[in-house]
Amino acid sequence: MGRTRDEIAARAAAELEPGMVVNLGIGLPTLIPGHLPEAHGVWFHSENGLLGMGPFPEEGDEDPQIINAGKQTVTVVPGGSCFDSALSFTMIRGSHVDLAVLGAMQVSERGDLANWSVPGGKTMGIGGSMDLATGCRRLLVVTTHTTKTGEPKLVRACDYPLTARGVVHRIITDLAVVDVAESGFRLVECAPGVTEAEVRDATGAELLA
Amino acid sequence: MSEVTALGPQTGRDTSKVVASCAEAISDLRDGASIMVGGFGLCGNPEGLIAAVLDHGARDLTIISNNAGNLGKGLATWLNAGIVRKVVCTYLGNNEDLHRMREEGSIETEVMPQGTFAERIRAGGAGIPAFYTPTGVGTVVAEGKEVRRFDGRDYLLERALSADFAFVRAAVGDEYGNLRFYRTARNFSPLMATAARMPVAEVDELRPLGGLDADDVHLPGIFIRRIALVREHEDPFEYRTVRPRREGS
Repeated sequence: MGRTRDEIAARAAAELEPGMVVNLGIGLPTLIPGHLPEAHGVWFHSENGLLGMGPFPEEGDEDPQIINAGKQTVTVVPGGSCFDSALSFTMIRGSHVDLAVLGAMQVSERGDLANWSVPGGKTMGIGGSMDLATGCRRLLVVTTHTTKTGEPKLVRACDYPLTARGVVHRIITDLAVVDVAESGFRLVECAPGVTEAEVRDATGAELLA
Repeated sequence: MSEVTALGPQTGRDTSKVVASCAEAISDLRDGASIMVGGFGLCGNPEGLIAAVLDHGARDLTIISNNAGNLGKGLATWLNAGIVRKVVCTYLGNNEDLHRMREEGSIETEVMPQGTFAERIRAGGAGIPAFYTPTGVGTVVAEGKEVRRFDGRDYLLERALSADFAFVRAAVGDEYGNLRFYRTARNFSPLMATAARMPVAEVDELRPLGGLDADDVHLPGIFIRRIALVREHEDPFEYRTVRPRREGS
């Protein structure tokens, strides 16, 4: 069983607090705002130069010059600001962004993240991923626990090209919430209807209780 | 493209910066030139200058831009015209033209982290030859680069970037080249204008001196040498995402 993509996003939404500055990666993380209350008080940062990113515009209000990092049309909330890319990455690299939520291909038990390139696959590029993973104060990964073919994504060591080393704090998957502790992966909670044994089976490294 | 220790490209003595057309603004473009082009994907592209380069006929160009076009538009028109030798960018994404040419080996690409890209350009305009960044340590980005430890953490040495031309687009400009940008169309443009020997602005609206309040200037005119007025832009949507209208809104 385990969580659906939307349920993973809902669980991740519970990590966000009013006043936080949060950057959401493309893909699954973009579902998170849909699971926040309307007056959530979170400041969403978009690395193309926007702090205070709001939801998609109402039909007819879309503006091609107001976009997120995935080049989707978005809105600016009251109090939002626009700026150039150097200042945007000053926010990211300078640890002014409280939380980044990114997808992953692999996470190692030391907190290494691989999420930008599959060996032999089409490389989409690096974009903001390495700066976000390296610079944000806290890094949350949202992903399925295993690949489509059942290979664990939580592993002892990544064999995919790394995005950054030793950066992941917490992983939220369809099966569990797992922290990266000093000594390795630590199980925080199982998803509803999932047993600890099932999580261990799907994890490619030791899982501390 | 050249890496610089000191830029020193601009005299700041241009008496008249406003040109009659984008064609005039790039008339001295030469084969083999390096060109920084503002925009995040298709957002904030200097569409008039991009089109003018196609008409001009210069070839063997190096593009320094975040994405190098998408959906066959923007800088993808240069790729498809076969006038680009090299692309320096951060993200290829769904730019199928760039993927295809990269696989064919008909184009050279240099891909780097976006924050490093922005800072290399910023440094290029600021007289800083190189800088240390934590981004990319322990990854393929670090290959061949000096790593130095400061306060217990490793950093990579990255070099500044400069270019022959910078093409930027702003919402409003005045006759001195003071620019104000609009929303997320700003992105890399103000940085690029500082890091090129010939920075050219394409503006949606051109005002006389005094038409922009000094406190509303995002990029001071010292960084712009030519200005062309381009009133109409296509501004294509890359991904149009909307929600239903609420009752009464």
